[in-house]
Amino acid sequence: MTLAQTVRIAALQGDEAVAEAVRQCDVDVVAAYPITPQTIIVEKLAEFVADGRFGGEFVPVESEHSALSACVGASATGARVFTATSSQGLAYMHEMLYNASGMRFPIVMAVANRALSAPLVLNADHSDMMGSRDCGWIQVYAENVEEIYDRTIQLFKLSEDPRVMLPSALNFEGFILSHDKERVRLLDEAPIRSFLGRPRPKYRLDPDAPLTFGAIATPDTYYEFRAQQSEAMRTALDVFEEVERDFERLSGRRYGAVDAYNTDKADRIMVINGSAGGTMRAAARALNAAGENVGVLAIKLYRPFPVDKILSHLSDCKTVITMDRSISLGAQSGPISEDIKSALLGAGMNKRVMSVIYGIGGRDMLIDDGKKIFGMAKEGLQFGQGSIMYGVKG
Amino acid sequence: MYEQIKGLKELPTDEPLSPGHRLCPGCGASVVVRQVLLAAPKDTIVANATGCLEVSTALFPYSAWNRPWIHSAFENAAAVASGIESGLKALERRGEAKQHPIVVFGGDGGTYDIGFQALSGAMERGHRFLYVCYDNEAYMNTGIQRSGGTPMGAWTTTTQVGSARGGKVEAKKDLISIVVAHRVPYAATASISHWKDLMTKVRKALSKDGPTFLHVMAPCTRGWRFDSAKTIRMARLAVETRFFPLYEVEDGMYRLTFPVPSPKPVEEYLKLQGRYSHLFLPQNLSELETIKNGVTNNYRRLEKLSQITAQTLAPEAQPTVAR
Amino acid sequence: MSWKELEQGGVVKGGTSSSYIVSGWRVNKPVINEAKCTNCLICWVYCPEPAIVRHEGGKVTIDYDHCKGCGICEAECPPKAIAMVREP
Repeated sequence: MTLAQTVRIAALQGDEAVAEAVRQCDVDVVAAYPITPQTIIVEKLAEFVADGRFGGEFVPVESEHSALSACVGASATGARVFTATSSQGLAYMHEMLYNASGMRFPIVMAVANRALSAPLVLNADHSDMMGSRDCGWIQVYAENVEEIYDRTIQLFKLSEDPRVMLPSALNFEGFILSHDKERVRLLDEAPIRSFLGRPRPKYRLDPDAPLTFGAIATPDTYYEFRAQQSEAMRTALDVFEEVERDFERLSGRRYGAVDAYNTDKADRIMVINGSAGGTMRAAARALNAAGENVGVLAIKLYRPFPVDKILSHLSDCKTVITMDRSISLGAQSGPISEDIKSALLGAGMNKRVMSVIYGIGGRDMLIDDGKKIFGMAKEGLQFGQGSIMYGVKG
Repeated sequence: MYEQIKGLKELPTDEPLSPGHRLCPGCGASVVVRQVLLAAPKDTIVANATGCLEVSTALFPYSAWNRPWIHSAFENAAAVASGIESGLKALERRGEAKQHPIVVFGGDGGTYDIGFQALSGAMERGHRFLYVCYDNEAYMNTGIQRSGGTPMGAWTTTTQVGSARGGKVEAKKDLISIVVAHRVPYAATASISHWKDLMTKVRKALSKDGPTFLHVMAPCTRGWRFDSAKTIRMARLAVETRFFPLYEVEDGMYRLTFPVPSPKPVEEYLKLQGRYSHLFLPQNLSELETIKNGVTNNYRRLEKLSQITAQTLAPEAQPTVAR
Repeated sequence: MSWKELEQGGVVKGGTSSSYIVSGWRVNKPVINEAKCTNCLICWVYCPEPAIVRHEGGKVTIDYDHCKGCGICEAECPPKAIAMVREP
């Protein structure tokens, strides 16, 4: 595989980076409905269409449910498909998320995470994707715009692998990443295309071999279909590593299923996903320079949950701080916290866990907030069953 | 253009639908499917909304479909078809696949009601497919609940007949008018009793480069309450009483394809169905009159529309989707 | 069937329903009087299954594995060549 020369360095918004990657990835069909803060993705793609720079079909559907439905139809013909949404749109297509993954279509979707209504807000938290986390989609969280660009390319390869054949969702915070311009080292098109290839799915809508997609099941068979999907998720953990390794040869860049900063020696480790991970890492670096010993474990691959990798980084610390940018109303703590707590218990690892909820509805997280939270963990503030709603007024 | 239907013997002998499916004996919906697909080319791809037809013909590990077929959800058959059409278009440009005719089957539930939005969007975008609404006039698969396609006065499980109310109060939605408002190249009604008219319309529709629509009556022995042997007779009477006129709208021009100059009385059609039996009680005669007037007025409306559009519309004057 | 043996995504090969026998559904079965039959194929175009098989020259036979006994063929046959007979 040839090392792609970085063709140019551009300042791109997260949404623009997605659109550029989609354009380069030989996508056949994009069916999407605009929703803030994803709109720039569809607008950019429409620009490419108008300039004749996008070779596929752009379908301006009339709703998000129809967006994913059109993707299902297109994917069934063997085409490479993409869509993007956020918040209310993701919730609207919730039914179809299960449909697409149950029918094993390798659709790739960008989700510009935004908090769910009501009340309505345009800003980021993870409640949209977390509300659908059980749907059988591979879920990746990006921390910066260059990672968004890279993951879009990687996820086509991961989803379309015959051992996986599960759809993927790339998550990045609305406005914080979707709209902020960051430096992106764009790759050359030809190596991307040869990296992805044009895999022909085993099952397609083809008059030469008529197949039936979406037959109904009975209690005799439904469970087994879910078991199959579960196995595909497990396999995806390994294929993810393969894809990252091959992508590194292409680009020189690798992120990992998790990113570990100073987790070998730290007494307190913060587990976090999304863009705030970068901010927390900066806070941790500042604290360590001042003599403390803290670490940050960023979860990048969320589903399938890379439990072994995560636990391997948490083995030596005393305290785990879990950071959730969404609330599981009525539960003890948020999704990341519940995942981590059950992983620790499952491995017989007895750690003190401080569950923190932050950044809800787009509430900012700054470096000082990170320092405060590490401080709270040091003092043993409010451990136990519930969560600290960090940053809420009053 | 399209190949004319000459007779039954020239239709293909290999069946588009295999027997052994679980549809009721005498089901009108499967006759719709058989007649549509016998008239359509062999490489037709089918998208199907959830409903009687879908659950009964595709029950893992059995499938009755001898065509590439996909079922996704209840409300999205038209959106799935949009995706199939787009996918094949894109792949054909790469030389990786070829485009094929696409037929969508949706029941009245999946078309009039929950699937309405997706249908409207797909028609507005101008995708090339033939949407066939097999209309059994209620949500039959879930147990005969009323739909937007249930006619006025009909009993269903959610428009029960009792002392306070007697059957569905609202009139049946005028589906063809709604479809025609999208300025599609072709929309028509058809009946399984008039197979030649139906099959001609299928071929005509598939020859158009854009969204086309067929509204076909699918009499339901179970939900309408009549003996299974009478399915075709029921469809025929619906036409012969003017209850379900056979007409087409081609680029906005209306034409009755099977004019009924001397209609049989509407009662002849209604009295054979248990779901209308209450209409024949003395206290419900005014409701029966309302229904009959509705039938008369509707037919008159279609006759007038045929005259007006023939006089004022030239095909070029009709705005269609810019392709 | 183990989950490992299932087709990915529940995809089914088309036409497999013909291996499912529905003859037990019916009460009456159609019998064709070949002398009266004019080979018009009307029964075939109206059969919901289809349980009417076409042969050379327009001849038809009943597929008794798949006939549900609805009676449409008897009702629609123009020369009245089909009779629904009580099954023993």
